[in-house]
Amino acid sequence: MSTDRRTFLGVMGLGTLALAGEAALGAAASGEATGHGSKASRRWAMVIQPYKCLKEEGCKACTEACHKVHNVPSFPDRKHEVKWIWKEPYEKAFAAEHERVAESLREKPVLVFCNHCNNPPCVRVCPTKATWKREDGVVMMDWHRCIGCRYCVAACPYGSRSFNWLDPRPHIEKITPDYPTRTKGVVEKCTLCEERLSEGKLPACVEACPEKALVFGDLNDASSEVSGLLEENFTIRRKPELGTDPEIYYVVGGKPDVHV
Amino acid sequence: MFMFEKAVVGSRRYWAWIFALLLVIGAGFLCYLYQLREGLGITGLSRDVTWGFYIAQFTFLVGVAASAVMVVLPYYLHDFKVFGRLTILGEFLAISAVTMCMLFIFVDMGQPTRVLNVILHPTPNSMMFWDMVSLSGYLFLNALISLVALSAERKAVAPPGWIKPFIYLSIPWAVSIHTVTAFLYNGLPGRSFWLTAILAPRFLASAFAAGPALLILLCMIVRKVSSFDPGDEAIRKLSLIVTYAMLINCFFVLMEVFTVFYSGIPEHKQHFQFLFVGLQGQNYLVPWMWTSMALAALSLVLLVVPRFRNNLKILPFTCVMVFLSLWIDKGLGLIIGGFTPTPLGDVVQYTPTAPELLIVAAIWAIGFLMITVFYKIALAVRESLGYEIAH
Repeated sequence: MSTDRRTFLGVMGLGTLALAGEAALGAAASGEATGHGSKASRRWAMVIQPYKCLKEEGCKACTEACHKVHNVPSFPDRKHEVKWIWKEPYEKAFAAEHERVAESLREKPVLVFCNHCNNPPCVRVCPTKATWKREDGVVMMDWHRCIGCRYCVAACPYGSRSFNWLDPRPHIEKITPDYPTRTKGVVEKCTLCEERLSEGKLPACVEACPEKALVFGDLNDASSEVSGLLEENFTIRRKPELGTDPEIYYVVGGKPDVHV
Repeated sequence: MFMFEKAVVGSRRYWAWIFALLLVIGAGFLCYLYQLREGLGITGLSRDVTWGFYIAQFTFLVGVAASAVMVVLPYYLHDFKVFGRLTILGEFLAISAVTMCMLFIFVDMGQPTRVLNVILHPTPNSMMFWDMVSLSGYLFLNALISLVALSAERKAVAPPGWIKPFIYLSIPWAVSIHTVTAFLYNGLPGRSFWLTAILAPRFLASAFAAGPALLILLCMIVRKVSSFDPGDEAIRKLSLIVTYAMLINCFFVLMEVFTVFYSGIPEHKQHFQFLFVGLQGQNYLVPWMWTSMALAALSLVLLVVPRFRNNLKILPFTCVMVFLSLWIDKGLGLIIGGFTPTPLGDVVQYTPTAPELLIVAAIWAIGFLMITVFYKIALAVRESLGYEIAH
């Protein structure tokens, strides 16, 4: 394991990071100039502010941006759907068990995607280490190693993983050449735009959101925007009782016109 | 190949059976080529029900494989001589069942050409890795034991002493294959249906009922088509094993039902509701599950009452009922029920497609072909030695 491709890529990644400059990355990623510490001491997280997300009904800017840059196919049949980030009704996203959900939340769409858990069941079950947890919190995928057993799909308690039931390429509207397409028979999911992070860019969904409802940053940096949002708001995560420790947080309440 | 010449001589009926199996295998193989080209999208599987018939058959057959221990253990640990000539049939059944298991896993892979990544990048924290280790180990043990035992039998000598440790090892190993298979499912935090410590014991109990039930049926076929007779006493003892195992299995199921419904936790209840009464208007498995329950109840009556159990005219029907009941329970309910509702609470129907069913049928046919050929060899060896009626 010591000199395999992943370690190599990791080293390369660190090298690139060093070249790109810590400060630039930190500034771009969190929206604030910080940039202390190495990659390993970072803890990427996302805070979602549903009240901002709800402002524009039917908005799909984040999904469209993500699926475009990552060559995510769109299959017409629900059976074969591949999704990285999408909206689910509040009741489904948070497994609400009662029927008296407040009007402001009832049936309202909530953004869901890979939670980049600190204790990811998908990584635990993968028989080939084709999915793994990076030190900065990103749950990664190696589409060349995946054998397509779908054990990770069974293990994910959030339904965040998709399998390529058929060849995805004919179902990509316009292929983005900068990013690989996948083959049939492998699992895929959100990778927190690791390819953009390594260039000091924000995740595509965060950048695309017209309301700035998604905030990305480093939880290990107390002055980052994500740390501030978690400090000032009541936030929840999906299915915390399972001990998966997700890194995607949702702000509860708030008004559309109030900016944190 | 070893003693293979004995498998290529047979009656017209024997060859008709072999060719029928080969026909099914051929049809399934063509379907597999189609799946290989198009992807698993040609099956009924979906984003919501990601494992289905293939994995369900695998799970069921691990149980059949493990059940060989039910004849090996009494014979080798308790010197129960009645099972003496059954052990080899049990081991051959195990070899065929494990092979089917491996094939079912293989056809379920999205990237079958990469399957050796499991060995290339061994991952001990994955239960699938351990399943591979335990299944291939079990295959090796049974192949070795049956080979050594049969060649000793052909020479009319006792098996060599060095094989004993392997036989003893195969006993806990049989338990391990089904335990590890249960661990595949019951370590997943989001799948409440499987998240129960009784899953492994339940797997074992149902295996020790379904496996010996199949063995009884095979024994009855063997004595119809050959001069070898395992004996009424062996069959009756096997039926006693089926009785206890089936009772324990049903007891475990009821314990599960109590825990789920008395605690009233919705996430645990929903799966049972989907299976037995339907959920969100989807009730396509309900008739199957109640059929399984009815067959279980009826077979228990026929097993528990000695008059029925010991009647060898009724017993084959009872065995078919046990086998079917447990096949529905594990082959349909366990996997589909575990995936429904989904983690997001959706209920999505899964219906296997025709090519998918043909691939399943072909793998079963491969298993039956193996059993047929193995049994043919074993019986030919015995007939040449002048074994006739066992008692």
